[in-house]
Amino acid sequence: MKFRAKIIDIGCLNHLTRVVTTISKLTKTCVLRLTADNLFFVLSGKVANGGVSMWCELSQVNFFDEYQMEGVSSEANEICLEVTAENLSRALKTVQNSKVVKVKLTKKHCPCLTVAAELPTLSSVSRVVTHDVPVDVIPRRLWHEFKEPSMPDFDVSIYLPPLKTMKNVVDRMKNLSNFLVIEANLNGEMNLKIETDLVSVTTHFRDLGNPPWGKDPGSQDGGRSQGRDPDSMAHARVDIRKLQQFLTGQQVNPSKAMCNIVHKRIVHLILLHEDASLQYFIPAVA
Amino acid sequence: MPLSTQSQADEGQYTLVASLDNARNLSNILKAITFKDHAIFSATPNGLKVTVEDNKTLQANAFIQAEIFQEFTIREDSVGFQVNLTVLLDCLTIFGGSTVPGVTTSLRMCYMGYGYPLTLFLEEGGVVTVCKINTQEPEEPIDFDFCSTNVTNKVILQSESLKEAFSELDMTSEVLQITMSPSQPYFRLSTFGNSGNAHYDYPKDSDMVELFQCTKTQTSRYKMSLLKPSTKALALSCKVSVRTDSRGFLSLQYLVRNDDGQICFVEYYCCPDEEVQEE
Repeated sequence: MKFRAKIIDIGCLNHLTRVVTTISKLTKTCVLRLTADNLFFVLSGKVANGGVSMWCELSQVNFFDEYQMEGVSSEANEICLEVTAENLSRALKTVQNSKVVKVKLTKKHCPCLTVAAELPTLSSVSRVVTHDVPVDVIPRRLWHEFKEPSMPDFDVSIYLPPLKTMKNVVDRMKNLSNFLVIEANLNGEMNLKIETDLVSVTTHFRDLGNPPWGKDPGSQDGGRSQGRDPDSMAHARVDIRKLQQFLTGQQVNPSKAMCNIVHKRIVHLILLHEDASLQYFIPAVA
Repeated sequence: MPLSTQSQADEGQYTLVASLDNARNLSNILKAITFKDHAIFSATPNGLKVTVEDNKTLQANAFIQAEIFQEFTIREDSVGFQVNLTVLLDCLTIFGGSTVPGVTTSLRMCYMGYGYPLTLFLEEGGVVTVCKINTQEPEEPIDFDFCSTNVTNKVILQSESLKEAFSELDMTSEVLQITMSPSQPYFRLSTFGNSGNAHYDYPKDSDMVELFQCTKTQTSRYKMSLLKPSTKALALSCKVSVRTDSRGFLSLQYLVRNDDGQICFVEYYCCPDEEVQEE
């Protein structure tokens, strides 16, 4: 098992830091899966974290100038590590202005992801800062828990409004209630609702547009959203904190933001960036 | 759009309809009196008065005149109800209460009458939010019987000068003592804290003092915890009038200028803490 990677480009370093920081806002610990082509940050839905799951996919060539990895074996050429996202984010944040950043898997007192940064210097002596982020190596028999989640057979898929607007609304609603109903239809309309003894609030978004999933070859043909009345709403009631976490964590404006709703079951949020994608699943509550 | 049609259809049934192009003109002034959840709303053809009280010793009133609203229709002589102010403020700032110029939340506030919720229609950038806030039976606000004929001392100051004093007040002191007098020290704020006593004096001919009308030397103490909420109003205001009556009751009137340059008033009444022997 071997992993070493190198970033020279400051833009890439910046971008990776933002992605890891976003992840750290969503979850305390997550699983970092390394393959020959990709890095995945994975959180699988467990009762302990309220059933929320996450899948973040980065293509290594877009971030690293050098990337070498050797998995546990040639037929299972992968590495799975459990890492505290915040520790990694903090390590990356402090090395923002370095010339070169190397990330490697090391064995110190325990397995670590070592972030070594070479800082700019005026003299001939180089300055190197090293952060050891402890990790747990996940044995192969548990890998099955961290596979890419399948696209749920949703009732409605819709583009999200500007995340900042949505965040403002959800932040206020959070002050008023613990649960929020998110509903949408195939006519580009989405509502966010709360209702308590004191107040009921509904925010209506219109003309959002619905992603054309059905036209993609081989995906969602004959799914639940086919032949659905465009005005009929699919809804899911969710823990408002989970949605808030997702919206608070967003540091970069995605090129596409979408939401899929399985009626009364799950809210599936997807953010697409040029070189990264994030999926977030919030289970509905009764 | 179901919203607009709905509000149009019900138009005739509302006893109170008030619209604002900029909801901040209402939310800002309400923030100045938010220290308890319950707020008593009373509307008359002159405008809206919002009252918040604490333990029958402190009362704050915000006045928003009918002219401030783009539309203000009332079908009865007076309409009264009570709502949760914190909830109302969260609703009014649902879009974040942005201060970016050109981005404003417009508001239409409707009330159908006794037993009905207070309905808010808010719109920003094409996104509409509808809030229905449950109303309660209005409580009778306390009459502090603060009458301008009984006023013994009155000072009008630029808020700037009082903000500075309030930000430096020794908060370990339980009380704030206000001395107003036709002779030295004219207008004095005193605190008695852990690290000693402090006095803050304003000469009566200071540039910051606009009006000085003191007939008699009067010293009264007010609980710091009661005066603390009034600093929210002070922060928003441009002028403040400090008055005391013969019983030592304190009235603080704040002149608040909103985003559009219009003027509203916020007023605090506070009971004195204890009698102080005049020296």
